[in-house]
Amino acid sequence: MTQATEMLQVMNASGKAKGKTPSGLKAEDLKAMFKAMLETRLLDQRGMNLQRQGRIGFYVPSFGQEASQIGAGYAMKDSDLLFPSYRVVSIALLRDVDLKVLFDQAWGNATDLCKGRQMPNHYAIKDIGWTSISSPIGTQISHAAGAARAMQIRGDKSAAWVWFGDGGTSSNDFHAGMNFAGVWKAPCIFMCENNHWAISVPQEMQTASQSFAAKAIAYGMRGVRVDGNDVLAVYEAAKEARARAEKGEGPTLIETVTFRMGPHSSSDDPKRYQDPALFEEWQKKDPIDRFREWLKGKRIWTKTWEEEITADMQARIAKAVEAAEGTPAPELETIFTDVYADVPRMLKEQHNELIEQIKKSGDIEDTSEAFPL
Amino acid sequence: MPVMTMLDALNDALHIAMEKDDDVVMLGEDIGKKGGVFGTTAGLHEKYGDMRVMDTPLSECGIIGAAVGMAVYGIRPVPEIQFQDFIFPGFDQIVSEMAKMRYRSGGQYTCPMVVRTPSGGGIRGGHYHSQSGEAYFAHTPGLRVIMPSTPREAKGLLLASIFSDDPVIFLEPKALYRHSKEEVEEGYFTVDMDTARVAREGKDLTIVTWGAMLPIVEGAAAEAAENGIDCEILDMRSMLPWDANTVIESVKKTSRCIAVQEAPRTCSFASEIAATVAEKCIDSLEAPVARVSGFDTPFPYTLEHIYKPDKKRVLGAIEYTANWE
Ligand SMILES: Cc1ncc(C[n+]2csc(CCOP(=O)(O)OP(=O)(O)O)c2C)c(N)n1
Ligand SMILES: [Mg+2]
Repeated sequence: MTQATEMLQVMNASGKAKGKTPSGLKAEDLKAMFKAMLETRLLDQRGMNLQRQGRIGFYVPSFGQEASQIGAGYAMKDSDLLFPSYRVVSIALLRDVDLKVLFDQAWGNATDLCKGRQMPNHYAIKDIGWTSISSPIGTQISHAAGAARAMQIRGDKSAAWVWFGDGGTSSNDFHAGMNFAGVWKAPCIFMCENNHWAISVPQEMQTASQSFAAKAIAYGMRGVRVDGNDVLAVYEAAKEARARAEKGEGPTLIETVTFRMGPHSSSDDPKRYQDPALFEEWQKKDPIDRFREWLKGKRIWTKTWEEEITADMQARIAKAVEAAEGTPAPELETIFTDVYADVPRMLKEQHNELIEQIKKSGDIEDTSEAFPL
Repeated sequence: MPVMTMLDALNDALHIAMEKDDDVVMLGEDIGKKGGVFGTTAGLHEKYGDMRVMDTPLSECGIIGAAVGMAVYGIRPVPEIQFQDFIFPGFDQIVSEMAKMRYRSGGQYTCPMVVRTPSGGGIRGGHYHSQSGEAYFAHTPGLRVIMPSTPREAKGLLLASIFSDDPVIFLEPKALYRHSKEEVEEGYFTVDMDTARVAREGKDLTIVTWGAMLPIVEGAAAEAAENGIDCEILDMRSMLPWDANTVIESVKKTSRCIAVQEAPRTCSFASEIAATVAEKCIDSLEAPVARVSGFDTPFPYTLEHIYKPDKKRVLGAIEYTANWE
């Protein structure tokens, strides 16, 4: 399987056509992909600013990975179930998530779908088939294999998509999930975003394998390595994987070779471990700039169009931010609900103790410190 | 004497241990150039290089399992798990391998290693960067489970742990990393892991605690003193094996006991204290043993400060227990 080590490309590093446009993509699709990439960038910039201003506690940007994500997202079908990582908010934009849902979660406020129980970027949005993100790396990988198996059991033609990083391939769940999906020939698409870093650990310290895609071979599944800053190449690979899943030809591992063009999160400072030259080199391959060049070549892009998208997104973000920030914190009782289907008596008692304490000694002071990673 | 934060003190202990013994090595995620996400391992990679300070692939199972292999071979690994919440992929290695190596090999093989890991809340990290899992480990015979409560204690206990021949889970209360400073002796010294520390002497009531709850309990005790209640505070240091003797002696003196922890209540180390005090001090007890703890729920994000026991919650328990007739 040569695809596991070679890298698929549709455009070259400066956005000039290298292969043919993936079949079935119309100008409207290309525009929608560009728009989603740009909107993701704008959303992330705002998220980081809000954190810097001390208005939200934490944020994970996906700077530089917009093509890697949108290319795959565009190949999904509406009924597909998503097992995202904390760095793929772009996919939610593709599924037309209400921006307020995202900012409510960032504030962990009373209208947050997850009731203020998780850190920012750890969304769960059932309406759009977005399963709940946890922090432990890799755990969603075996879930995706299981969900894909369940789809087979029910005869459902959907697929499960799971996102994780280069670091995630070292987790126990990567091996378990890949192995299970391989054995079951499950309709599962494993999206490994190789952004070169697991916080400060570079990809070459993560694996001695020739590529991450090559890991597929040992699990008897197809592995594809694609230029992750080339949105059309990613789309092509993902579309093929999706078709194979539907035809019962089994799972695919897609490695998108990209670069984390920002800190790991709002708490990280890459200067401590990253050579600035490497960053500059990748900046020249910015996926949005590249796609813009490609679209210009096809006479699809105009400056006013991009300005309109930007202005519209910024206005929508501003509105959602204002609404989320103005919403109070969740009620006390949310500490005790959803632990079980019904609140058991022991938790009712603990809730009552808390109410009594606050009645007696007044409000509880917030002394938490800033998040370090 | 230098004045240090707990982070400084832990970093100092690691430098001293590596300097003292070439067999001491460290492995973990982001502990090298980055110096750890909290900076605990700062400067070590620079000084000792890739062979002794290893950034590993992202696998806690690999980190702990490989450390067990190193220890069985005969060197002294000090793996770091970035957050205690991420230790669970390596839990099998801890419970089935690290803890039982000496026993199952009839003492031929040992597992002298220290798994260092930040524990507890205080940084608004949601449930995956905040949990207090000490009870999971304290339920595993063969492990030593340590949690320091001040900078000096942290340094002395970490050095004692690294040069102990038992496997140690060393829980670092992250809320105290930069919380306060104290004078810490220069150079090598150890603190006795087997004995609880009397952090405050008092005659009316015994409060048993450990780790990040200590300063909160001290604050509550200071306020209680103004109301004429004189609390004795015991800092447990170790939860397995644990020093029941110091607790029993203290409760026999004060006749009242509260255990304070950040962890959820049910099946916790505070429960162990309460059970032991009930068993051994029944003749002296003048009030029921109280537990102040986190709730039996996951650790929330926005309402973190309400979940964690604070000074007021501890004071409430002090008043309740002291005034019990
Ligand atoms: C099991 C586990 N160990 C450690 C961590 C701490 N941690 C958070 S993100 C991260 C790096 C992840 O790298 P990668 O999988 O490449 O994803 P990326 O962040 O680059 O998108 C680490 C070590 C964690 N969240 N879970
Ligand atoms: Mg990565």
